[in-house]
Amino acid sequence: MQIGIPREPRPGERLVAGTPATVRQLVALGYDVVVEDGAGERANLPNVAYVEAGARLAGREQVWAADVVTCVNPPSDELELLRPGAVLVSQLAPAARPERIEALAACRVTALALDAVPRISRAQALDVLSAQSNVAGYRAVVEAAEEFGGMFTGQVTAAGTTPPATVFVIGAGVAGLAAIGTASSMGAQVRAFDVRPEAAEQIESLGAVAVAGQGAAQEVSADGYARALTADQESAALRTYAAESAAADVVVTTALVRGAAPTTITTEMVAAMRPGSVVVDLAATGGGNCELTVPGERVVSDNGVVVLGYTDLPGRMPQHTSQLFGTNVVNLVSLMTPAKDGRLVVDLDDVVVRAMTLTRDGEVLWPPPPVPVSAAPSPPAPAPEPVGPSPAEQAAAHRSRSRRNGLLAAAAAVLVGLAVAASPPDTIGHFTVFALAVVVGFYVISAVTHALHTPLMAQTNAISGIILVGALLQIGVDDWVVTSLAVAAATLASINVFGGFLVANRMIRMFRKGAPAGAPTATEVAR
Amino acid sequence: MTALSAVQATYVVAAVLFIASLAGLSRQESARRGNVLGIIGMALALVATVALALVQSQRPWQVTAALILGVLVVGATIGTWRVRRVEMTQMPELIALLHSFVGLAAVLVGFGSYLSAPRSGTVHLVEVFLGVLIGAVTFTGSVVANLKLSARMRSAPLRLPGRNLINLGLVVASAALLAWFLTATAAGSEATALTALVLVAVVALVLGWHLVASIGGGDMPVVVSMLNSYSGWAAAAAGFMLGNDLLIITGALVGSSGAILSYIMCRAMNRSFVSVILGGYGTTPGAVDAGPAGEHRETFAAEVAAQLTAASSVVIVPGYGMAVAKAQYPVADLTEKLRSRGVQVRFGVHPVAGRLPGHMNVLLAEAKVPYDVVLGMDEINADLPDTDVVLVIGANDTVNPAAQDDPASPIAGMPVLEVWKAREVVVFKRSMATGYAGVQNPLFFRENTAMVFGDAKEQVDRIITSL
Repeated sequence: MQIGIPREPRPGERLVAGTPATVRQLVALGYDVVVEDGAGERANLPNVAYVEAGARLAGREQVWAADVVTCVNPPSDELELLRPGAVLVSQLAPAARPERIEALAACRVTALALDAVPRISRAQALDVLSAQSNVAGYRAVVEAAEEFGGMFTGQVTAAGTTPPATVFVIGAGVAGLAAIGTASSMGAQVRAFDVRPEAAEQIESLGAVAVAGQGAAQEVSADGYARALTADQESAALRTYAAESAAADVVVTTALVRGAAPTTITTEMVAAMRPGSVVVDLAATGGGNCELTVPGERVVSDNGVVVLGYTDLPGRMPQHTSQLFGTNVVNLVSLMTPAKDGRLVVDLDDVVVRAMTLTRDGEVLWPPPPVPVSAAPSPPAPAPEPVGPSPAEQAAAHRSRSRRNGLLAAAAAVLVGLAVAASPPDTIGHFTVFALAVVVGFYVISAVTHALHTPLMAQTNAISGIILVGALLQIGVDDWVVTSLAVAAATLASINVFGGFLVANRMIRMFRKGAPAGAPTATEVAR
Repeated sequence: MTALSAVQATYVVAAVLFIASLAGLSRQESARRGNVLGIIGMALALVATVALALVQSQRPWQVTAALILGVLVVGATIGTWRVRRVEMTQMPELIALLHSFVGLAAVLVGFGSYLSAPRSGTVHLVEVFLGVLIGAVTFTGSVVANLKLSARMRSAPLRLPGRNLINLGLVVASAALLAWFLTATAAGSEATALTALVLVAVVALVLGWHLVASIGGGDMPVVVSMLNSYSGWAAAAAGFMLGNDLLIITGALVGSSGAILSYIMCRAMNRSFVSVILGGYGTTPGAVDAGPAGEHRETFAAEVAAQLTAASSVVIVPGYGMAVAKAQYPVADLTEKLRSRGVQVRFGVHPVAGRLPGHMNVLLAEAKVPYDVVLGMDEINADLPDTDVVLVIGANDTVNPAAQDDPASPIAGMPVLEVWKAREVVVFKRSMATGYAGVQNPLFFRENTAMVFGDAKEQVDRIITSL
């Protein structure tokens, strides 16, 4: 089958959906790759490199008419050029643009959204959002550093010292974490906030301070994405943003909830920031987290705060971003080409493919059934379906069992009591000794460590050879039958006594403590 | 002060020494002292008893002395000879055999006690009767356990139809014989009473044989400790019939010791004592699905060696298979090698691993594995998720995740070593056959599990060579 890589239709876009390196991998999977003339030009990837990698150059119409077309931005006019039955692999923002899905269905193409990959481990390799967000988070800090009138890291010079810049990051998703990491490595003091409580650990692992927002935290999410906030949580979160942004030199805001951007930085908050501060809005594609954001533009507020709403942050580093995007495409194609024979199979039983497929043969398949998997430490696993009796029934059964056991014990105690009462006095004495010895034995043996249970058995075995005492006393009886029985019994018992003690001794001597060689053991460290 | 009261005083000292001896066995550091205290106690008791026997002798004391000397020499010779050549892997058989001696001795003492005083009152007669009964059950039960453990008898449970009814019938028959025994004695007919006593011995011998023959080889840890308990009760019963407090105390100590060990074993298998005693797993045939349940991945010694070299923490889980293959020596070598390279190596021992409580610990100690790296299930389970490589050597049911995941499994609820939480698991196994419980083990089909097939000893040797 043919895979077409067109020149991106969006004006100013510098990215391309395949690089010579990824084209080579597609060819290895058995595909014919057609690349539009000049597709990689703006990413510094010349035509000749594509040809060397095994691709064929072609015109716009030819590329769009391929069996599989992959591009970075969703096509608009080019939809007409697609063949019915073709496969389109692109970022399609299905949640934000439902009307686009209708258009795709009308063209009878199979549309795979690279930005609708479920968050399960297996699918990470094809998640463009993850890779592109990472790049955007990095670039956001680079842009902020250029706009900011100071240095990120504190400097000590002959002329005095400057304090480090304070960067506040809202949202610790992939982009937010990349921004935190970049800003920390540039020497800034980074503070960050996320409504998901499990994110605090990740924030701290990158060297930032996790801001605790009173009442703003959500419970742990089931699918790895943040959800919309309740009214209470939202007002608590806004108070946190106001306090933090007023003290920050740079604010990077990355809050996107299912493709839509909630407001995090209001006009008043911007007004409260110092002149020369910078707000970078990574959610500009979804309308922006900052009320002043104009998507794609740089805006300066009345009090001199720069608000960056660039939507092409990944595209500002086209070489690497294209490479990452192309690799996502290769991973998807590889997943869908089980036989490595250049034939793309849309297997809707695969949850990853199912989740990405928006339309097929004119049929709308969006939204897919949910795939609940958390990227965070999973919440306590739901209790398994009660197969057996319910806890209440078990408790009842336990009660009736313990009642029955109690009755049995009482009955046994009465019987033993009667037997003892009917016995002669010296037998009662023996019973006392017996009962006390059982209790003592219980406590003594309970303390024995499991490792010594085998020597314990040998030792008790030897001790139970004490029956030898009884046998020896019978040997002197003036009856040859009794004497013979006693001799036999005493022989057996003495084998036990000698054998048991010896073998217990042999075993016990084998137990030795660890030599100092190797790692010190826990007990040694404890000493 | 009479000879008797001096002897009684010595018995008290001996009893205290026995208790101190068992208390000493609670920790490895004091175990040797415990052993010695037991020996001293026994020696004191014997010296006192011999003295008393000579004083009370109804024959010329020289004859009695000669007999006693002969007995002790024979016993010491046989005992020492037998124990010197036993291998640690054969320890379960030896212990079972020793139990049978106590049982038989109790039967003989019972008969002797009856013959020397046939009309000594009902209480004494009941004591004699119980002593013979318990002793005989212990004797045949231990013999069967010994035969099963030494593989001279099929270790699969004998499944006679209506086996619970047979057991019940034998118990009822014993009760009837007790009544007959007492009435016959009361009527003055000694020959009839002796017949009743012989008959109960036979019934008890059958009961002991049938009881243990119905239990499979894998439940032997419980059976052996149960027999240990019985041998104690037999000694206690002998103490009652002879009016000897030392025997009572000692018997009670041993009896409760065995009972506790049985209880620990049963808890470790999440089963009630009664269900173990009345038959092993698979009492409901057909409920067990032994078919393969997925694909396993095979690996080889060189790869395992590479994994171990790269690991920083390794846990080895031994099972009965290690004892069978005598693989404890190469395993100890492997441990030594890895530890000298700074790899943290520890052992995780399940309470019912092997055929005797604590069997694995003894085997590892024999191979000179330091005991402080050999941990119990509860101690190691929490660390398994942070472990790089787990080597499962000859264990199966004790590492079966089905015990936790599958409520329909026959081993559901049994506490197990959670080896599957480690990063990688390597299972050493002779084949893909199921374990003792006859349950398929989903561990083998997990993504992080690899199988090494063949003799555990050879395979571990190969790993050592490739290190």
